[in-house]
Amino acid sequence: MKTTKRTLKILSGAALALALAAPAFAPAAAEDSIYVPLFTYRTGPFGGSGTPIADGMHDYLTMLNERDGGIGGVKLIVDECETGYDTKRGVECYDSVKSKNPVIVNPWSTGITLSLIPKAAVDKIPILSMAYGLSASAKGDVFPWIFNPPATYWDGLSEILKYVGNGSLDNLKGKTLGYLYFDAGFGKEPIPLFQDLSKDLGFTLKLYPVAPADMQNQSAQWLDVRRDKPDFVVMYGWGAMNATAVKEAVKSGFPMDKFISIWWPSEADLTSAGDGAKGFKTLNWHATGTDFPALKDIQKRVVDAGKSLAPASEVGQVLYNHGVYNSMLIAEGIVNAQKLTGKKVVSGEDVRRGLETIDLDAARFKALGLEGFAAPFKLTCADHNSHSATFIQQWDGAKWDKITDPIPAAMDKVQPLLDAAAKSYVEKNAGWPARTEGCDNKS
Amino acid sequence: MFYREAGQFKTSYAADMAIFPIRQDRIGLGLILVVAFVVIPLAGNQFLLNSILIPFLIFSLAAIGLNILTGYTGLLSLGSAAFMGVGAYACYKLSTFFPEVNILVWILASGFVSSAVGVFFGLPSLRIKGFYLAVATLAAQFFLQWCFARVPWLYNDNTSGAIEVSTHTLFGLPVTGPNAAPATRYLVVLTIVAGMAWIASNIVHGRIGRMWMAVRDMDIAAQLMGIRLLRAKLLAFAVSSFYVGVAGALMVFLWLGAAEPEAFNINLSFLLLFMVIIGGLGSIVGAFLGAALIHILPIALRALPALIGLNLGSATIEQLTFMVTGALIIFFLIVEPLGLARLWRIGKQKLRVWPFPY
Repeated sequence: MKTTKRTLKILSGAALALALAAPAFAPAAAEDSIYVPLFTYRTGPFGGSGTPIADGMHDYLTMLNERDGGIGGVKLIVDECETGYDTKRGVECYDSVKSKNPVIVNPWSTGITLSLIPKAAVDKIPILSMAYGLSASAKGDVFPWIFNPPATYWDGLSEILKYVGNGSLDNLKGKTLGYLYFDAGFGKEPIPLFQDLSKDLGFTLKLYPVAPADMQNQSAQWLDVRRDKPDFVVMYGWGAMNATAVKEAVKSGFPMDKFISIWWPSEADLTSAGDGAKGFKTLNWHATGTDFPALKDIQKRVVDAGKSLAPASEVGQVLYNHGVYNSMLIAEGIVNAQKLTGKKVVSGEDVRRGLETIDLDAARFKALGLEGFAAPFKLTCADHNSHSATFIQQWDGAKWDKITDPIPAAMDKVQPLLDAAAKSYVEKNAGWPARTEGCDNKS
Repeated sequence: MFYREAGQFKTSYAADMAIFPIRQDRIGLGLILVVAFVVIPLAGNQFLLNSILIPFLIFSLAAIGLNILTGYTGLLSLGSAAFMGVGAYACYKLSTFFPEVNILVWILASGFVSSAVGVFFGLPSLRIKGFYLAVATLAAQFFLQWCFARVPWLYNDNTSGAIEVSTHTLFGLPVTGPNAAPATRYLVVLTIVAGMAWIASNIVHGRIGRMWMAVRDMDIAAQLMGIRLLRAKLLAFAVSSFYVGVAGALMVFLWLGAAEPEAFNINLSFLLLFMVIIGGLGSIVGAFLGAALIHILPIALRALPALIGLNLGSATIEQLTFMVTGALIIFFLIVEPLGLARLWRIGKQKLRVWPFPY
């Protein structure tokens, strides 16, 4: 009895000491540091998709801290905030980081992005929504604070359709295409373009919406697919929806090479469906795998050193590399901001200018240790997206094979939609401020 | 000792029937109001106002609404999130049709739209009771959420499928949109919530409230005593949906600034129901206590590891928060199944007789 009491005393003493001493080890928000919040989700129904992205973003920035001592000699404070893909939690995260002078925000959810877009210009914090969010925000003259490189969902759709039509949209005549989509903002956005094209080009469009609550129950949709027998099925899904769709496709015997997705499915979504998933195709704009010096550095200095939550096998997976690419854009924005202003510790306003002057050519990719990782691209004040060409990759049961050259977006179809959407956004949000921010690259 | 009522004599019936018969209670309430209206807007930082107090007040209002239906009238509803959505979408449509009209008018007017929809979905309550009614209101939840996602007219054909809030002003100050200061928005929300809570408290303590409680306790007996069930139940649905609808409009316009149909999903309905059950069925204070437990406690728990210097990952904190919140909810329900409001009442009683309990 006595010993138990003593143990308890020692234990509680130790706990107290730990609690008192711990603040000394916690990273202090020093003056000479740059605060980069990461909105991530490792829990909830979207956690399966969110975790590799969170790891990729976190690990690349941590690698910069470990290898180069931050950016331009300034340490980065990388701070994760769990949103659970819930808009309310995302807004709460935004409010909690706002006072710490964040230089950029990555919402990683279309819903959170929409809530934050009006705040960006007021709080002077740029938003980077990499290949998601509001497509119209590609127009930098209307949305100076929002960046969504390297391609919008409309670009992605036109690229998929070009691939389906063997390089030309005109070959789609007479075909039947199915569209399986996440029935929320992100999946619904491409529908107007899809419907217009179906009218103009003469193909039949079948819609298969998947409600967020029914992500894991798609038997009804796949019954419809079996009945309609579309020539191709295009998928815009996220979270548990992707894995379920692939499984259902395998179960219903749909030919996998006719099943093409936007850039979000992960390896885990496909391995869970077994061998039947071979042949599944997605869009992508960057390489998978770890065959790049920067990724080797991540493995050596972050993952092997135990500073990451990622299991070693996750590094180089497609969503992990999405995260790496996202962080590379953040870092590039900060580097450019430092160059433009001459300051070391930059602010959100500076990083906005930095992002606007991003010019990632092949030489710059090589300097970053990512030679051949992705196609070169450039942002301008008017174009915050670049509408990059993306390629098709195919699942071979264990890894992704790049099977096409980059397919350029059908800008003649996308641009009018972008203009109209931006115009309608401004009209509906009476008092939307006209752009007053200067421009650093007039080209 | 703290609550010595000695010397407080009631000389009129009105004084005897007052909601706060004891002077100390009235002083306490006055203090709370002073703190809420004056001290907090002056001293609170943005995070406190934006992420803790504004949502807390909005959830409290919604919980009061649900409490009128579930706690006072005994009609179980799982559609409250959808009625919040009706309020939000109604306010969005009204404010885009007539942008010149003051936004507060539309926030309150949207309550009536929600009220009408609530009455419609309340019609089955005349025939079905208890869990069966819960299933019927579940249908409202799914049907309305389906409408928010499927009827482009409701979201003005936005390609994103979401509703966005533009800037509206009140006395020249922006109250919605990105330029609205958190303190302004907080004061507007607080005024509406305080006013509506006061009205609710008067309704439930008066003839209508007694009618509802009679229906709750035994509807056949109530009917035999001359209470018309049709009117009583539909009135409960109407008032409840009004409160919930205004809360929904406040949520989108003064808190989030934009909303997708997913913001009004079944999880929110469950959260509101938990607030009411944990706070205490049939109690206005309970609605506030329940909202505080469900909304503020997780935020406090998430902030705790950083405060004591533990450097846990954000996902670990999230899981821990879930577990601790769940455990605390069970703890409170075991300690006092009648809810936090009952604990509050016991606490007050104890203070009243302290230090000589008998």
